[in-house]
Amino acid sequence: MASPASELDAMVEAYSAAGGDKGSLASPGHASLIVSGNKLLGKSEADGVSIDAKGTPDGVDITISVEEGKDVGQVHLCIGMLQKKGRQLIRSHYIVGKNASVDFVSHCIFPNAERMQHLMDLDIRLSSGAKMSYRDEHIHSERGLVVKPRLRASIGENAQLIDEFKLVKGAVGELDLDYEVTQEKGSSCELLTKLYGKKNDRMRVKESLFLNGENASGTAKSRIVLKGSAKAEVLGEIEGNAPYTRGHVDCHEVVEGENAVAEAVPRIRVNNPLARITHEAAIGRINKKELETLMSRGLAEDEAVDFIVNGLLR
Amino acid sequence: MAGILEARGLTYRIGKKDILNGLDLTIKKGEIHVIMGVNGTGKTTLASVVMGLGGYQPASGQLLFDGEDITTLSITERAKLGIMLAWQIPASFEGVAVREYLSLGGSNADVPSLLKMVGLSPQQYAGRFVDDSLSGGERKRIELAAVMAMKPKLVVLDEPDSGIDLASTGTITRLIRKFKENGASVLLITHNENMASVGDIVSLLCGGKIVKQGKARQMARFFEKYCKGCEHVGKVEEEKLNG
Repeated sequence: MASPASELDAMVEAYSAAGGDKGSLASPGHASLIVSGNKLLGKSEADGVSIDAKGTPDGVDITISVEEGKDVGQVHLCIGMLQKKGRQLIRSHYIVGKNASVDFVSHCIFPNAERMQHLMDLDIRLSSGAKMSYRDEHIHSERGLVVKPRLRASIGENAQLIDEFKLVKGAVGELDLDYEVTQEKGSSCELLTKLYGKKNDRMRVKESLFLNGENASGTAKSRIVLKGSAKAEVLGEIEGNAPYTRGHVDCHEVVEGENAVAEAVPRIRVNNPLARITHEAAIGRINKKELETLMSRGLAEDEAVDFIVNGLLR
Repeated sequence: MAGILEARGLTYRIGKKDILNGLDLTIKKGEIHVIMGVNGTGKTTLASVVMGLGGYQPASGQLLFDGEDITTLSITERAKLGIMLAWQIPASFEGVAVREYLSLGGSNADVPSLLKMVGLSPQQYAGRFVDDSLSGGERKRIELAAVMAMKPKLVVLDEPDSGIDLASTGTITRLIRKFKENGASVLLITHNENMASVGDIVSLLCGGKIVKQGKARQMARFFEKYCKGCEHVGKVEEEKLNG
């Protein structure tokens, strides 16, 4: 077992290798948190941000609060495990005060995972007028792991949430993403999931938005590329339950593998005659015109495919 | 001037219908050659056959580029020889920045100059994505800049003015001349007589064949008089051609 100091160094190195900015984890004025397994390796608070984190037998419980009216900029989270086997349960509570603003940049890193389970239980509460973005990038080993992110969010009046879950580096393994957001009057929410499935990866994505307040708006968007025998199942769900609510489900799955399987099920429901919800889905091979445009610029077909896929998952 | 592109007896068929019907055409080196024709005469099909797009293999005939038979070459092989196509309705690329798109031919592309050339501000556009957030006109200008960046020997422009406001057609014609100044030959497809005036020579496509050739002004007059409003698409009326 590595000592805490060397484990911290190893996590920071893995974070940097994954594209994270090492300096941001120790930069004054920015809040940050570093967790490995069930150990808290580093914590830094900043003006307007308080972080309460404590280890549990199999993970860490985290509560991050942003003070009313404060614009705290970025908060960097580095969470993962360096071991090959294990289980990690992260329970996170994000509470953003009235008219406060915060951008979370989260990296979940499992560079050596062989038989690993990572469970994330996220609870987000935005007070009226609050703005929060949460960009969560996963970096996995080539074996992948079992990942179960579960999000429950409530967005207050005129508040805004942007959430992006990205898993395009390393193998997915088995993913079961379950996001559910309820929205009050005038609020907005953008959910975006980007996945790159290869070999025998299995992915299940459920993005649900409940537009309960007048003029609430939201999009549930997914971009998935499947190679080999990877399989993905996407449920994009939006309910318009109040006047002038607007929602859009947008799913794009590119199937490149011979045995890959993609499935998308939009579920849109309007319970108010003044609400409007739309959906679009494109599943299958890469658009021929996009491919031929790039080939007409001299790219070989496989180079053109990579170019399109990289853009889609960026 | 030698021919950079020669089509000899090119026939392209869908089912029993000949879209191109034994078409003969020579584009000379360094010339702007306009193909005019009303809707449904095979203009876009010709562009697709020249670029070698999927499903556009001719049933018979030959296509020569700089003397080399390219009839069976792939799109990529043709592009590597210097043939480029700017689509009438260009494709969108999610997550791809304009800067990156204009650098497809190499990282030394002068993106700011290319954008200025098509009348777009580098500050406003270089970082934007080549996706549906661009208007049709913006996307079209970026497509032309992207083709310019590739330094083509032959550029096929399929209705470059469609979707562009009238005030901006001057930018497009200047750009077409710029291709020529840079040493490229241009195959310009249009049904706009004003756009055709940029051409050194204009060929009229009707019934899948080139039926008449001439200078831009003469051909524009002919097109205006006989082709616009013609209800005989696909049937060549010899008396009009000779009249």
